[in-house]
Amino acid sequence: MALDDNKRQYLSRLEGKTYFILGDEACAYGALFAGLDFFAGYPITPASEIAELIASELPKAGGISIQMEDELASMAAIVGASWTGARTMTATSGPGFSLMQENIGYAIMTESPCVVVDVQRSGPSTGQATKPAQGDVLQARWGTHGDHNIIALAPNSVQECFDLVLECFDLADIYRTPVILLMDGEVGHIRESVVMPQVSSIEHASRKIAARSAEVFGGEELVPGMIHYGQGQNVHVTGSTHLANGMRDVTTPHVHDVLIKRIYDKIDKNREKIVRVETDLDDKKKARVGVISYGASARPARGAVRAARAKGKSVDFLRLVTIWPFARTQVADFAKDLDIILVPEMNLGQLSREVERFVSGEVVSVPRIGGIPHTVDEIYDAVMEVVR
Amino acid sequence: MIIRFAGFGGQGIVVASYIVVKSAVYDGKRAIQNQAYGSESRGGESRGDVVIADEEIYELEPTSYDVLVALTQPAYETFIPLLKPGGTLILDKDLVVADKKLEPKRIKRHALAATDIAFKKFGRKIVANMIILGYMNALLHPVSQESLERAISETVPKGTEKMNLDAMHEGMRLAGEAK
Repeated sequence: MALDDNKRQYLSRLEGKTYFILGDEACAYGALFAGLDFFAGYPITPASEIAELIASELPKAGGISIQMEDELASMAAIVGASWTGARTMTATSGPGFSLMQENIGYAIMTESPCVVVDVQRSGPSTGQATKPAQGDVLQARWGTHGDHNIIALAPNSVQECFDLVLECFDLADIYRTPVILLMDGEVGHIRESVVMPQVSSIEHASRKIAARSAEVFGGEELVPGMIHYGQGQNVHVTGSTHLANGMRDVTTPHVHDVLIKRIYDKIDKNREKIVRVETDLDDKKKARVGVISYGASARPARGAVRAARAKGKSVDFLRLVTIWPFARTQVADFAKDLDIILVPEMNLGQLSREVERFVSGEVVSVPRIGGIPHTVDEIYDAVMEVVR
Repeated sequence: MIIRFAGFGGQGIVVASYIVVKSAVYDGKRAIQNQAYGSESRGGESRGDVVIADEEIYELEPTSYDVLVALTQPAYETFIPLLKPGGTLILDKDLVVADKKLEPKRIKRHALAATDIAFKKFGRKIVANMIILGYMNALLHPVSQESLERAISETVPKGTEKMNLDAMHEGMRLAGEAK
């Protein structure tokens, strides 16, 4: 989507500059560079700084920011606004993310592009409200009911909070689906340097617009075009099973089958295009041990891999930038010669189970809960225990 | 270099850590600032961590430090065991009673009456954090003086720049005396 003059003018004051800011703030700025038009949210630690910055800055760029009565309404508002052609976003943490699940399902079923930021904190429930965790990895995948696919990305630095939110908006528009930026309270609440890009260097993806409203929910393509309200065409948008023209048909098995398989397949069949990982392989020796991590955990994990190599041990490293859809091909390829794969994450082993499904070697979960991230030393110790 | 500032909400702990790390970024270093606060953010525990390095930073929440600035007794007692042997401890001597039994080996202890001087000399207890910043930078040079002054001027509320810079210079003077 092209940026309008208001946004360009606003961003011209920021472009090219280096800021020393929180991950949350970087996420908010990233959304502004993505051309965010509409934000609706409800404050919650450790995500409040996103809403705070957007509330003060988005109106200057000609957009609208609303504090809603709760997270259910926030999610509903960004779905509605998306159908006017707006790029929309909300931001929350675990408890709010739970409340959003119903309307995330609605966004999936109605194929409404939007971005949901979850800055994960220690739960369940109010848990350790101000402390970081990565406990929503599977909630992001399966939090809403029914068969569906989801896209979720996990930043591991403040710069990446900025970069990945831009990517989330593009993925949302390309695949006409809600996209989740799965931050964690650690990466959201550290301050690091962020370089703001030149506005002209950013290519924003565009939504496909349907020629006829009769094919807004079907037709030949896996991702059909949308129509935008207020531009002369009408279409019925419903969370119930519907035909290509949007009208309800909740009784014909074939209609449901076609709709849900297409919504599932548009992400599943584009898995290789969507998924991004980063590898750091030992180029000197053939490693038998590997470490897979993501988000804030990937920082001490990489530090531990580097420390082990400094001691002459051969260890490979893979970081998942895309959490969902799962990088099954990349993980299987990474692990094909490995005997043992360690998976440090700030939960009791949510993604390690997914890793297990696609590798033949032994998978060792390196969990960390309690509101503090892993130290380099504890992952290093776990590596040294299994490496020869 | 890893520095932990610890005290309670309202002492300018997080601001002090923010200023140091911002100065480090101006110096062209890699730097991370991290902070912790309770759900009750006023009056409760407050700490700000600073990591300054030439290379990529892997440890997001350090578990030991080269420098500990302790401005309350609980902060001192909680964090002093995690100061690295040979590290530097800076404390406010009116707010913290040091206990050698708790302290790691060979640490260098600096006790100054930062809060008292801040009140008597500047009429504002809050600038104790600037006195400590000046003291620490004169002693250990984690950041350049130029960057420190720039970061202070940019960070403190408008109209208070001079008072804050004066307080920082007072800290430098005290460090000179201590040497």
